[in-house]
Amino acid sequence: MLYFIEQCLNGVQLGMLLFLLAAGLTLVFGIMDLVNLAHGSLYMIGAYFAATFAAWTGSFVAGAALALVATLVVGMAVEVIAIRRLYGRDHLDHVLGTFGLILFFNELVRLIWGPAGLTLPLPSEMLSAVEVLPGVFYPLYRLVIIATTLAVAIALYLIVMRTRVGMLIRAGASNREMAGALGVNVQLLYTLVFGLGAALAGFAGLMQAPILTVQIGMGENILILAFVVIIIGGIGSIRGALVAAVFVGLVDTIGRAFLPDLLRLLLSENAAATLGPALSSMMIYVLMAAVLVVRPEGLFPASGR
Amino acid sequence: MTHALTPRNAAVVGLVAILGFVPVYCALTGNYFPLSLFTRIVILALAAVSLNLVMGFGGMVSFGHAAFLGLGGYVVGILAKEGIGSGYIQWPLALLVCGLFAAAVGALSLRTRGVYFIMITLAFAQMAYYVASGLERYGGDDGLTLYRRSAFGAALDLSNKTLFYYLCLTLLLGSVYLVRRLVNSRFGLVIQGARSNERRMRAIGFATFRYKLVCFVVSGMLCGLAGVLLANHTDFISPAIMHWMRSGDLIVMAVLGGMGSAMGPVIGAVALLLLEEGLSRITEYWPIVLGPLLLLVVLFARGGIDGMLVRLGRG
Repeated sequence: MLYFIEQCLNGVQLGMLLFLLAAGLTLVFGIMDLVNLAHGSLYMIGAYFAATFAAWTGSFVAGAALALVATLVVGMAVEVIAIRRLYGRDHLDHVLGTFGLILFFNELVRLIWGPAGLTLPLPSEMLSAVEVLPGVFYPLYRLVIIATTLAVAIALYLIVMRTRVGMLIRAGASNREMAGALGVNVQLLYTLVFGLGAALAGFAGLMQAPILTVQIGMGENILILAFVVIIIGGIGSIRGALVAAVFVGLVDTIGRAFLPDLLRLLLSENAAATLGPALSSMMIYVLMAAVLVVRPEGLFPASGR
Repeated sequence: MTHALTPRNAAVVGLVAILGFVPVYCALTGNYFPLSLFTRIVILALAAVSLNLVMGFGGMVSFGHAAFLGLGGYVVGILAKEGIGSGYIQWPLALLVCGLFAAAVGALSLRTRGVYFIMITLAFAQMAYYVASGLERYGGDDGLTLYRRSAFGAALDLSNKTLFYYLCLTLLLGSVYLVRRLVNSRFGLVIQGARSNERRMRAIGFATFRYKLVCFVVSGMLCGLAGVLLANHTDFISPAIMHWMRSGDLIVMAVLGGMGSAMGPVIGAVALLLLEEGLSRITEYWPIVLGPLLLLVVLFARGGIDGMLVRLGRG
């Protein structure tokens, strides 16, 4: 039971991280109608920036703050230089163009930071474990991840639903021509939204950096997970992304933790050992395929699309 | 199809001539590296041609075609490991498995369209990837070495590299011919009609779903054939062949070459892989050049290389 609670927390933590990535992806997708495969590269760059800046400043928090700003700037620059020219094009063009960007960023990182990975050490006060329930200890840093991403999710919700910029974003999402005709600087808005998405991806990367090794290609596998999240949640819906992210995080983590044991009850030891890992890695894709077959628009399709 | 000597026709004829001449060049110079490179190019071109059948003509952007490449390869690898070395069993079975997988994936995926179709095909490819990674008996993540290529008796010895190359080339050209015949047939016109306006095609009485499914199955089997060849070429098969980046590579080849014709992906595959090879000799960091180049192709060269050749012909 204790193990189960721990795995649930791990699942929520993964889910919150996926939400950070998926929120940017779904915003860009919903508003600019752009499939951005290079989103994972921004996640990677955020992690690299954090590791570098933290080493320079000697402080994790200062490094993280600098990395966040830097990723925002990189995102906006990428939008102005390359992405802007892809709007209104075929989705296939997006896939191809941003695929090119992945190659570019992976090599750029290799050129600047070298092929070996980096590590981002945690400040010592983050290393302790907290007793979340009597007898259940959980690493403090993972709780910090859950708390901060939850705060970011709430902030994002407030920005999109309660501020003027958010109103413009929503206007752009539901009808970009009309928003432009009414005098909204759509181009600037798009740059801003893309930068925001980049900063969210960078934030996910830097929060994850102390847990994983910072390495080239780290964005590629998690990008696919983020796509799964936005497809399940419904493209363009932040609420859908949040629900789907936590759902996917839980299914993936709990599946990995318990499916092999479950199979052992049904199958022979040998078959379970072979099937278990493969099946638990597949779970979320099966989930996504099932959702798409039953509800081709996702669970929470954004209204007006 | 016109038979005039347009730049495009000249390029296609020239390309086929060069592909046919490669083993001769190797035999003359004694340098057999190009043969291995071009065998890979021809095999991946076959995969790109198969992808283009669904993507270019059918408008179904499959982001999971590498799964068929891997599946075809794994059938050969697994059968070889279990002691069944005959190509007469391996190859038809590989195509059958790929066809069945394509039918299952297609039946579910074709209920969606657009970006959702891209993502659901990706999802199925990821499932295949993880299944392959989980095959402990067949190497898991590390892959499986083929100790003997498919046996076809004395007449067709696949370990003869020149013979194997010509076999691959023949199958490639045969597939291009098949795809061209297919898209110009009544079947192909229905597929292309469904790409432009599916609702209208349905309204005039075509069960477009069935047509698209058949198209997807044919494409999956052709790609599986490429997988069979690839496993025989590298004598090795691993889950890496099914990674989603590999599916991306295939899309790049088709788009770079041009999706408007059956031959376009062949041009694209040759161009991309030669470019990779050339750039990697100049700099270790070649993708830093290739990436932006792809972006430029997307932005400025609509219709890919094939499209540029056509425009060149119009003057």
